[in-house]
Amino acid sequence: MNRAIYDALETIYPAERILMRDAQLLPYESDALTAFNTKPGAVVIPLNEDEIIATVRLCHELDLPFVARGSGTSLSGGSLPIADGLVIGLNRLNRIKRLDPRQRIAVVEPGVVNLHISQAAQPYGLYYAPDPSSQSICTIGGNIAFNSGGAHCLKYGMTSNHVLGLKVVLADGAVTEFGGESLEGVGIGPDVIGLFIGSEGLFGIALEITVRLMPQPERYRTVLAAYDDLGCAGDAVSMVVASGLLPGAMEIMDRLAIKAAEASVNAGYPDAEALLIVELEGEAPQVEAEFEQLNGIIAESGAFETRVAQSEEERARIWKGRKSAFSAVGRLSPDYIVQDGVVPRSRLGEALLEINALKQNYGLDVANVFHAGDGNLHPLILYDGREPGALRKAEQLAGEILALCVALGGSITGEHGIGMEKRDYMPAMFSEEELDIMQALRRAIDPKEIANRGKMFPGGEAPALALQGMHPLEQQGVISRE
Amino acid sequence: MRHQIVSDDLRAPEMAEAVEKCVHCGFCLAACPTYNLLGEEMDSPRGRIYLMKNVLEENLPAAEAQPYIDRCLGCMACVPACPSGVEYGDLLVGYRALQEKQRQRPPLDALARKLICETLPYPRRFRLAALSGKLGKALLPVLPDAFASMLSLLPDKLPPARPLPAVLPAQGERRGKVALLLGCVQQVLAPEISHAAAQVLARNGVEVHMPRQQGCCGSILLHVGEEEQARDIARRNFGCIPADVDAIITTAAGCGSGMKDYELLFKGQADAARAAAFSHRVIDFSAYLARLGLRETTAGFSSQRRVVYQDACHLLHAQSHQSEPRALLNGIANLRLVEIADAGMCCGSAGTYNIDQPEIAAELSRRKVASILAAEPDLVVSGNIGCITQLRQEFARQNLTLPVAHIAEVLLQAAPA
Ligand SMILES: Cc1cc2nc3c(=O)[nH]c(=O)nc-3n(C[C@H](O)[C@H](O)[C@H](O)COP(=O)(O)OP(=O)(O)OC[C@H]3O[C@@H](n4cnc5c(N)ncnc54)[C@H](O)[C@@H]3O)c2cc1C
Ligand code: SF4
Ligand code: SF4
Repeated sequence: MNRAIYDALETIYPAERILMRDAQLLPYESDALTAFNTKPGAVVIPLNEDEIIATVRLCHELDLPFVARGSGTSLSGGSLPIADGLVIGLNRLNRIKRLDPRQRIAVVEPGVVNLHISQAAQPYGLYYAPDPSSQSICTIGGNIAFNSGGAHCLKYGMTSNHVLGLKVVLADGAVTEFGGESLEGVGIGPDVIGLFIGSEGLFGIALEITVRLMPQPERYRTVLAAYDDLGCAGDAVSMVVASGLLPGAMEIMDRLAIKAAEASVNAGYPDAEALLIVELEGEAPQVEAEFEQLNGIIAESGAFETRVAQSEEERARIWKGRKSAFSAVGRLSPDYIVQDGVVPRSRLGEALLEINALKQNYGLDVANVFHAGDGNLHPLILYDGREPGALRKAEQLAGEILALCVALGGSITGEHGIGMEKRDYMPAMFSEEELDIMQALRRAIDPKEIANRGKMFPGGEAPALALQGMHPLEQQGVISRE
Repeated sequence: MRHQIVSDDLRAPEMAEAVEKCVHCGFCLAACPTYNLLGEEMDSPRGRIYLMKNVLEENLPAAEAQPYIDRCLGCMACVPACPSGVEYGDLLVGYRALQEKQRQRPPLDALARKLICETLPYPRRFRLAALSGKLGKALLPVLPDAFASMLSLLPDKLPPARPLPAVLPAQGERRGKVALLLGCVQQVLAPEISHAAAQVLARNGVEVHMPRQQGCCGSILLHVGEEEQARDIARRNFGCIPADVDAIITTAAGCGSGMKDYELLFKGQADAARAAAFSHRVIDFSAYLARLGLRETTAGFSSQRRVVYQDACHLLHAQSHQSEPRALLNGIANLRLVEIADAGMCCGSAGTYNIDQPEIAAELSRRKVASILAAEPDLVVSGNIGCITQLRQEFARQNLTLPVAHIAEVLLQAAPA
């Protein structure tokens, strides 16, 4: 980072909030996808939105690429720094500015942790619905960039369904507001909030977010069904969907994932090939009626054991196992890739069989944890990075699984985003024209491509990672790169 | 995480394993007091693991990483928060010991070090030194953990020495036989805690052995890098504590978790098995008593008291004792236990911390006291002298008269006449 840039940053920040030493930069060089690492030129720690705005303007002026960073839990390299670029660490902007229980809204800063909103709303019987497994630490800013979802998004939708208003600084330094405080305001003109949400930090930085709060469900019914066959669990999901029930959540874990979760939090799960968690929620009479119907379906689906959470503690334990599952896999293997793909839920069973066949071909272990209700698969591919070629093999398998998702009519990401990891898979999903339109839109907002440069779009600057040679999808002829 | 840690240090395998298990997911960030305050990655558990990894891999000079490792409270809140089972403590303790060995100490430090090594672990010498004023505040910056904060409170007048008998017989039918560790500094500064603990145990049918020859747990020596001497003092304890006790009881959180680490300290030593057997019998006072069950219902207080139990990090995070002290307190008539927000956050008492990192420590105690006050208690109870001291200090600073007591004292107070 050259002197001129440092001097310019010094006009905004005191020296202790400009991090430039090796020991300060190294911890920022990866997000939760450690296969990629790049040391940034500097990290700045703003304390308020004025500092963020001034920083973005400065970057625009100096042609300095920047990456906004929340808690760095992105699994796709979304918050991976740009070499010699700037990282803007938003964690100190963690205030809930306003919580209005009457209007059922909260106005928050971008570094507020997802779960903290629900905690603040709890005394009023309200909560913030989107619940990524990482909710205890991921930030609203990161959630917006990736349109994050969670187990309970089956019924209530992802982040985009819960953001009413946004104040952002666009990549060229312009500050603008979209939406407002009421649901009715949305719908006039194009859905700009919808455009910003899921844009992976490419348009600018969210400064202030107005979210919708929901009343806490009066009653939960959480059912845990154990199967001796993964396919049966998948079929059970199809049966529930076909019955017309709309549970709050439907999740599946396979044997390996169960083992990891069990080792991690002692959830007390039964010993099974697959577990299905179904949670009904809503008003008591309705939930009870649905519960009866659900019991019938589960009984027919061939579950060898069914448990119903008898208390809030039991419910919490069931969820804790599920929510820790990704990280818990670290107990089973030194390295793994968390994949994120979507298949139509009617083809869930088929997809699982295929993945099983693929993993046997590769001789790699795959743990499956997924939001079964919306067909969002999370295969975790286990490998040992110390073995030469192991990462490459795992990447290849990951690529084949994504190709499978596309072939089945699904998508290459459900909620973790494209980031760095999947940019080269974009052509598998989108035509050249579609990608061009996206690029044109992006350049209209960020002509210098300084916001999160190098992410999401295929090609661009060379990735700073271990992936070398032909991409697995290239080898299969699914994509081609010049 | 992949790593290239090559070290012939005895603890390298444990350190490498912690790094290897870390998947960089960030779940631990939420639990970390320094991260909560500073919001910077290098002051988070994940960041520190990454820094230590880089130093051990020789990618980063240790001196560069030092400020961030020094800022770690060692509170271990990150350990239960980690789904991947990273033993952060193994990494931190091993890393600090390794750095200590390599650190060049200036001559004055060498003197202070000698004083520490030859004084603190021996209560009688310590008492004398404290009385003669030799343990001036000059020593504070080199002291670890609970020690320094206690010393910084060194009163002008020490409480009178109250020697305990070598054995306190069980009252009524004998239900257990234990050894009680008296600790080093606590014995001099707050002898009433051990007295209360011994009496409560005896009243509950436990025969309490308090061998005179016992030394401290050795963690202070370990902290200043004197591993061999730490082992010697531990061996002294192996020798003087009767082999047939059911448990070895501590009343200070840090001693307990320190002794539970004997296995690592004695790794590769001839008496490793003995050390392991010893450390497996170490248990905290409240955990032992809760497991045994109070024999008689306590008389309790004459009028309603609202009580906040302040979790010591080394009981809650390092030894997982959350329910036991609460169960004991809940058994006391007219005592209403009230929970506070962020109960698992360190109060900032982690020793030299008050001196090395005054701002962070002050902010942590300020926050802790604010959440305690929000619960409107009449009494605060803890199981650790470090926390008790820290809270008393902060209450005094804010001109509050809220009493703080050790759980053993409260149980004694509430016992039937
Ligand atoms: C164990 C584990 C489990 C997970 N489970 C889920 C899950 O169930 N569902 C799910 O959807 N995701 C999940 N994730 C992924 C991740 O937690 C989410 O993508 C989350 O939204 C990232 O938030 P963050 O604060 O960590 O953002 P970061 O990782 O720091 O950043 C992510 C992206 O957001 C951008 N960004 C950050 N702040 C802003 C801002 N204010 N304005 C604009 N852009 C911004 C960054 O530039 C980056 O591109 C999981 C991750 C882990 C490690
Ligand atoms: S929670 Fe565990 S695995 Fe995740 S970053 Fe922290 S120490 Fe590493
Ligand atoms: S021991 Fe405490 S201060 Fe240190 S990294 Fe872990 S949580 Fe943070």
